[in-house]
Amino acid sequence: MLKIEGLTKTFIRGGLFRRTPPVTALRDVSLSVAKGESFGLVGESGSGKSTLARCILRLDRPTSGRILFEGEDMARLTPAAMRHLRARIQVVWQDPYASLNPRMSVHDIVTEPLVVHRASIGLDSRGRTERAARILAQVGLGPQHLHRYPHEFSGGQRQRIGIARALVTEPSLLLLDEPTSALDVSVQAQVLNLLVDLQARLGLTYFFISHDLSVIRYICDRVALLHRGVIVEQGPTAAIFDAPQHAITRTLLAAMPEVVVPG
Amino acid sequence: MTALLEIEGLHLGMQSFDGEAHVLNGIDLTIRRGEVWGVVGETGCGKSLTGLSVSRLVPTPPARYRAGRILFEGQDVLAMPEGELRKLRGRHIGMIFQDPTTNLNPSFRIGDQLVDVALAAARHSERITRAAARDLAARMLDKVGIPNAASRLDDYPHQFSGGMRQRVLIAMALIGRPSLLIADEPTTALDVSVQAQVLALLKGMVAETGMAVMLITHNLGVVAQSCTHVAVMYAGNIVESGRVAQVIRAPRHPYTQALLAAIPTRHVARGALQGLAGSVPDLLAPPPGCRFAPRCAHARAACAVLPASVTVEEGHRVACVLAHA
Repeated sequence: MLKIEGLTKTFIRGGLFRRTPPVTALRDVSLSVAKGESFGLVGESGSGKSTLARCILRLDRPTSGRILFEGEDMARLTPAAMRHLRARIQVVWQDPYASLNPRMSVHDIVTEPLVVHRASIGLDSRGRTERAARILAQVGLGPQHLHRYPHEFSGGQRQRIGIARALVTEPSLLLLDEPTSALDVSVQAQVLNLLVDLQARLGLTYFFISHDLSVIRYICDRVALLHRGVIVEQGPTAAIFDAPQHAITRTLLAAMPEVVVPG
Repeated sequence: MTALLEIEGLHLGMQSFDGEAHVLNGIDLTIRRGEVWGVVGETGCGKSLTGLSVSRLVPTPPARYRAGRILFEGQDVLAMPEGELRKLRGRHIGMIFQDPTTNLNPSFRIGDQLVDVALAAARHSERITRAAARDLAARMLDKVGIPNAASRLDDYPHQFSGGMRQRVLIAMALIGRPSLLIADEPTTALDVSVQAQVLALLKGMVAETGMAVMLITHNLGVVAQSCTHVAVMYAGNIVESGRVAQVIRAPRHPYTQALLAAIPTRHVARGALQGLAGSVPDLLAPPPGCRFAPRCAHARAACAVLPASVTVEEGHRVACVLAHA
């Protein structure tokens, strides 16, 4: 479904008077995500995870390399085709406190993508509200929540609203950028279970970004480890966690604080 | 061994526009030298306020200590004059906070900030010269694993990475050789590999100096890996406490069990994770009795009275009617 070939992203840092050397955030990254699977991208801060996400969303343009979505090179799409495609790739952001506009009601937050994509989705106002109510029910919220505002919800509920907003255009690929890092473990468990459940029901493909290895191990079929812009290892989750090949993967796994009493 | 820190029946109220929230509801905790206590719980359970109370850093008002005592080396911290407290802070009780970027002054050199703390700590015991304090600062930086420590004393905080800044803060907390270190989420902002380094460093300092640590965290993995004891907090109460091996291996309180079941460990199959239904109680009007009862699968009539903490095994205390039987 999603195929990335030899992706490199270099940022040119222009000083006003002085040229600083460019930073290569991603170097020759290649990976592919199959339909219906959960693909995990792991890496420490500064490894290039978010840059890769921004390239997939076309919020940043790759310096070289290609990103193919369902076989089509995203860089070659016409602006109209790209707009059409954006409805099919949606994103859930890390911080449910920062990613919801506090002045918008849940109804307006969840229906906004439908307004933006009305040309391709073509729902009228009533249709949009009905769709929003249906999606909210899928993430475990009710129609009574439509006219409330973000501050009235707990962190876990806010992240459900963020997920509802991402699902409302009926995307096929969901990009999840640290969706549970801001949540407590009990709430994280609820959100993770919701994601597992939604994937089973809607046949979604997940591109899951996290620095939390235990979350990745729980939710992903395959994993890639990004280190300083380079993918050092990728493969099935069980293989990576049970028999890591690369030294960096082993170091990372050894540092992972497992809830097991030593000795 | 005698206790270094004893918290007895601590009740803390917090004034808000809607009334007084009962944020600490009778905390009992005893920490001895050489012990590393993990204080765990979810957002808003009062773990940070417990830590701040030990060096009386909770502003009153809006907070109000309604009852209880905090004895540090036998002296009641809550009854102490401010001048006496100042001798305690930094010298006897070191503190590390979560965010290494906001806790260093960006406009002063790392070395000067460390030297200031060292001089302040030494003022109440043996006086030392500025040059000696600078030597000490370099030694501390070296000890926390900063390469070329002496040459980095003249650097500013922005020249350090996040992990290194957190190590500078640890050096700063330890430079006065405190007997108790309160570390409030010291590794939450750090990558796992840096987190492992920081925790190993703390462990080393405990082994070397016999210092006691109160490690406030929401990460039970960190507790399992680096603490000797753990106190589990829920909505202002310590619901379970004891040695890590007791509490993590054989949790007795339903909340501790639920918290452990919510962690995606190696053995949990996808979709089999146990979330915890409901949400934390409103502390303006907490449920009478056990505050966990509304979310507890084992709740019964007896839970309407706050359950006393009972010892189920030596050192392992549980505040639940299930443990009373």
